[in-house]
Amino acid sequence: MINITKFIINDLIKNWILLLYTALLLLATLGFFLLEGQGDKAILGVLNLTLLLVPMITVIFSTIYYYNMYEFLILLMAQPLRRRSILGSLFLGLVVSFGLAILAGLGLPLWLLHPGGVSLVLIVVALLLTFIFIGLALFVAVWLKDKARGMGMALFLWVYFVLIFDGLVLLMMYNFSDYPIGKIVLFITFLNPVDLGRIMVLMQTEAAALMGYSGAVFRQFFSEWRGMLASLLIMLAWSLCPAWLSLRMFRVKDL
Amino acid sequence: MIKIDHLYKNFGRHQVLNDISLHFEKNQAIALIGPNGSGKSTLIKTILGLVLPQQGEITFDGISIAGQSHYRKEIGYMPQMSRFPANMTVSQLFSMMKSLRKNETRRDLDLYRAFDIDQMGSKRLEILSGGMKQKVSAALAFLFDPKVLVLDEPTAGLDPIANEILKNKLQQSLAKERLILISSHILNDLDDITTHVSYLMEGEVKFFKPLEQLKTETAESRLNRIIAQVLKQQNSHD
Repeated sequence: MINITKFIINDLIKNWILLLYTALLLLATLGFFLLEGQGDKAILGVLNLTLLLVPMITVIFSTIYYYNMYEFLILLMAQPLRRRSILGSLFLGLVVSFGLAILAGLGLPLWLLHPGGVSLVLIVVALLLTFIFIGLALFVAVWLKDKARGMGMALFLWVYFVLIFDGLVLLMMYNFSDYPIGKIVLFITFLNPVDLGRIMVLMQTEAAALMGYSGAVFRQFFSEWRGMLASLLIMLAWSLCPAWLSLRMFRVKDL
Repeated sequence: MIKIDHLYKNFGRHQVLNDISLHFEKNQAIALIGPNGSGKSTLIKTILGLVLPQQGEITFDGISIAGQSHYRKEIGYMPQMSRFPANMTVSQLFSMMKSLRKNETRRDLDLYRAFDIDQMGSKRLEILSGGMKQKVSAALAFLFDPKVLVLDEPTAGLDPIANEILKNKLQQSLAKERLILISSHILNDLDDITTHVSYLMEGEVKFFKPLEQLKTETAESRLNRIIAQVLKQQNSHD
């Protein structure tokens, strides 16, 4: 398993799209700090970019990568290896390569320019989102044999988590604004890792004060270490579940 | 060596393999032939455990292959189409394959040398032509000196010289108690190596006979003529 993982990492770190992605993250992070100066405003800029860009690039790239590697996976499958370890290696290879891209493109400049709790939370959120969307991509790719459908589904997942979900929540909040729904909204947030990540970072900044009543509920929850731990665990569950499901599906799949 | 027992497979409503029973032994070179979509590739893939049958079982040396991966040590597989990770080189691919099966010391580098793979070692896999990729996967199939060779349309992308090299190699292997399984629809390519012919149509085995027997039955010597004759005879019986 380690051998295949190493091989895949070796292949990925020479991939020009991944290099471009790292460079883009690096430039954007530096740019925000140059434009907005030090402090929360630059962090918020980086946060918005991360939440938009990281899931998109990760989910699309990973889906395409699986389909491109399909024939190679079959060749590996004809060796005396277990199916689990083959897909597991692919997942790990993607996780490590994209993790390195985040650390180099986002982690390094953030830590140099703005060391502290907020930056740390932002880096962790970016890493977790990366893992989550690699898992989702593999899930979609293993599930749908057809490349075009798989790509469509991957794109839909991105649009859903970044746009549609928020729209639905806003609609609900608007319609039920007469009721105390702060707590419910909190739980609904757990269903979307992108939103959860956003709130985890926002709560570390001054912007949290501007969030009104439900902001208060959020603030209370997320400023305690228990809230932070709970949301970390939920993000972890989000990164493991799709990957685990795709492994299960892969085990009985006709290739 | 490989025994296939009442195998059924359908993809949705489409029945791909319909009650297939076959028995292959060593020292046989079996030509799996049949029109496109007759189930040749699916049958090969079920033997490799890539496709899981709905019913029936396959045994390898007497042991059922369901849920097993160990038996594949003895199988060298050359797929119909190969695609490798773009940014890796040929030599990196070979060293990874060797590191995956570190405790197997048996090697067969004949094809590796004959195809001059060392010479293209530093080339990235992405820039290899279709024929070169076929050479690489043929060399990979033989690399661990397996007892069974499964070749899916091996001659499709190879140039005539490489084709001859591969055929010679197959003939040598046959003399060393190997089992060779080739699927192809280019029939004349297989004339010299085949010992048995299995004809698949619409997921069923139309016949499975030694080539010699077929030759005497039909009084023909070329494989494509033989097939045509047998099919004609069968149709007139129906």
